[in-house]
Parts: sequence; structure tokens; C-alpha cells
Amino acid sequence: MLSESIELVVVTPGKQQLRQSAKEVQLPGADGHLGVLPGHAPLITELGIGELSYHDMSGKESAHLAIIRGFAEVLGDRVTVLAETAEFAAEIDLARAEAALARAQKRLASGDSNIDWDRATVALQRALIRVQVARKYRGAPHSSP
Amino acid sequence: MPTLLDFRRRIRSVKNSQQITRAMKFVAAARLRRAQEAALAARPYARELARMLRSIMARIEEPQHPLLARRTEQNVLVLVLSGERGLAGAFNTNILKKANEFFRSNKDKKIVTIPVGKKGRDALKKAGFTFAGEYINVLTRVDFGTAREIANLITSLYAKEEVDAVYIVFSEFKTVMTANLVVDKLLPVESIQETEEGAAAKGETQVDYLYEQPKEQLLDKLLPRYVETQMLRAMLESSAAEYAARMTAMESATKNAGDVIETLTLHMNKVRQAAITKEIIEIVSGASSTA
Repeated sequence: MLSESIELVVVTPGKQQLRQSAKEVQLPGADGHLGVLPGHAPLITELGIGELSYHDMSGKESAHLAIIRGFAEVLGDRVTVLAETAEFAAEIDLARAEAALARAQKRLASGDSNIDWDRATVALQRALIRVQVARKYRGAPHSSP
Repeated sequence: MPTLLDFRRRIRSVKNSQQITRAMKFVAAARLRRAQEAALAARPYARELARMLRSIMARIEEPQHPLLARRTEQNVLVLVLSGERGLAGAFNTNILKKANEFFRSNKDKKIVTIPVGKKGRDALKKAGFTFAGEYINVLTRVDFGTAREIANLITSLYAKEEVDAVYIVFSEFKTVMTANLVVDKLLPVESIQETEEGAAAKGETQVDYLYEQPKEQLLDKLLPRYVETQMLRAMLESSAAEYAARMTAMESATKNAGDVIETLTLHMNKVRQAAITKEIIEIVSGASSTA
């Protein structure tokens, strides 16, 4: 039996961000992006830092979220995303994100051997994806529940 | 027979207490609102993470992970989440009663505890329990750092095989008037079949997942996260329940003080009237004797 829709659930430790039916979901897996259509086989993956997007029932691309790490499970016709943070494009404070990006870049460019390289790289990625999502979809329809 | 002045004094003192209990009620109510929001917001994540993990557990044959190893329960670690302060009605009594119940039914095992919250710490210390750690003054304002710290302690104790099972006793916030007392098994993680929801899910085909990453690597990340999340959730619930209990207790204390004031005022007026009547009689009889 093939169902037409997937139930997309996005939760973070702070709140349930999203619960909606979708036609297609794009996830930022830790080892590369993956697309999920209805009838997908059960799957579990770690999430990296990236962008989650989905097509709602009318088929048009709806909301985009900046995801920072977590896990996703595809089971039956349900996609459960457990992210450390998940923010809608419209929720991101662009100015702050840009400031954070500049800070991260400066830190990495400084060549200081005292900085925690891993942490700085993660900070950069984090800032980068938030800025990207926020810029790309500024003003785009935002379908928060 | 108390005099008029005695009554006035009593009433004033009860009024003072009433003012204090009323203030405490408002403080608890304000904190409760914040704590309740946090507790409710943390639920979906904790629930989904637990479900995901149990679902994985049900699908792998022999989970190979130090946090999943099953051993005969000889050394049991019990976390007791109590209140930080008193004046919260039966809140602390109830949670300690529940903990004691658990201790009694596990008499044959060696029990180590970690009290979280000052009231529980004091009571358990008095009862002579061994502590593997203690956390006080962490429930007034729950933060993730503390939850993580406690979770790390638990997982390291379990991984080092110093304990064979970890239980947590806490109050789950239900409504302002009621809290559920919960005893949960934190480690080892139970697979879905061992819980009630498993019975319902039995019908579905147990197809194994596709794993994008190696299972071990996934479990390595999921399990510590799971313990942290459950810990945080329990702390948030307990904190909200404590404020709710305090608010209810202080509300009824304020009401009782009001009742006491009413009765005292009534008595006072009776005494006052009796005194006036007596004086009139004295005057009248005095007047009639001179006439």
C-alpha cells in the first residue's frame, strides 16, 4: 500500500517546531543530503549542519529550516527529525547571524594556534547555514504551525 | 478567658502570616508558569527520542554497546528528585515515600543513591544511604549543563560496571493540583517489546532500518543524548511539580489564615459585647442603688 503523503515532525529540546504532512522532504544528513518520498524504507541517520526543506501537499516548496545536528528517522509514512536546533528562515535574526559568521571567519583567519580548531570550524558552519537559509528565503512564505 | 487585647494580638499575628503565605503563593505561581512551559516544551523531544531508540532496540539482535549491556541487578543506582525547599505541602513526603517503597522492594540489592534536591539529600543522608554524588540547589532553575553533568556521571558509572541498573524517582507534573510519582528505569534502555506501547506496535512488520552511519556510531551518539534528555526532562517536571505543590499549599494556607481571622474576629466581638453589656449592667445597677 503506497500512501500519498509523509508526516513530517520536527522537534528540538526546546519545542515541537513542526508537524505537517508533506509530499517530499529533503534532509541534511551527516553524510550528504537525502530526499524522502512517501513509501520510503525505514531509515535512521545522523544529521549534520544544513538545510531541511519540504514540499507540502499542493506540491510547492514550502518552508525551509536551518538544522544544526541531530537525528532523523524514517518509519512508515513518518519522518521524525530530532534536531539540536531547527529554525525557520523567518525566525533567524539575519544581522546577528551575519555578525557570528564574520566573527567565525576572523577567528579562523587569525592563524592563532591557541584556538580550538574543531569548535571554530563548527561555529563557522553553523553561522554559514543560518545566514544562507535566512538570505535565500527572506520574505518567502513561511508556514509555521 | 482571653481579653480583647489578646484577640487583637492573635489576629495581627495571623494576618502577618497570611501576608507571607500570600506572597509565597504569588512567587510560586510566577515560577510555576515558567517551569511548566519548559517542562511541557521538553516533552515531545524526550518522547520522540525514547521512541526512536526503543524502535532501534527492537530491531537489532544483539545490541553491542556498554550502555545497553544487561547484567543481573546487584548494584542499583537510584536518583531521587525531590524539592529544594519545604513548605510545599506533601510534595517532599510523597516523593520520599515513593523512594522508600522502591528501596523496600529491592532490599536484596545493594543500593546507591544520587539525591537531586536539598530536601531529599537531607532525608536520605539521615537514613544512612550511600551517595554516588549529590546535587543541591539545581532545581530552582533547571539548566541543561547540570542535567548533562548528572547524565555523564550516571553513564560512566554504568559503563564502568559499578552499577547494573539506574532508576530515577521523580514527580511528573500533571496538573497544578496533582503530580504523578514516577519510577523509571533509565539504564539499561528497555527495548520496545518490554514496554506497553510495544504490545500495540507488535503488529507492524519489524523491518530493520537502513543505517546511513554504522549502528555503533549512531548508538554512541544517541545513547548519551538519550540519558541527558531524560535527565533534563525529569528535572524540569520535578521542578514544575514542586512549584505547583508550593503554590497549592500556600493558597490553602492563605485561605486557612483567612478562616482563622474570621473566627477570631467573631470571638473578639463576642468578648467585646460581653464587656460592654457588663459595663451597662454595672452602671444601671449602680444608678438604681443610689436612686
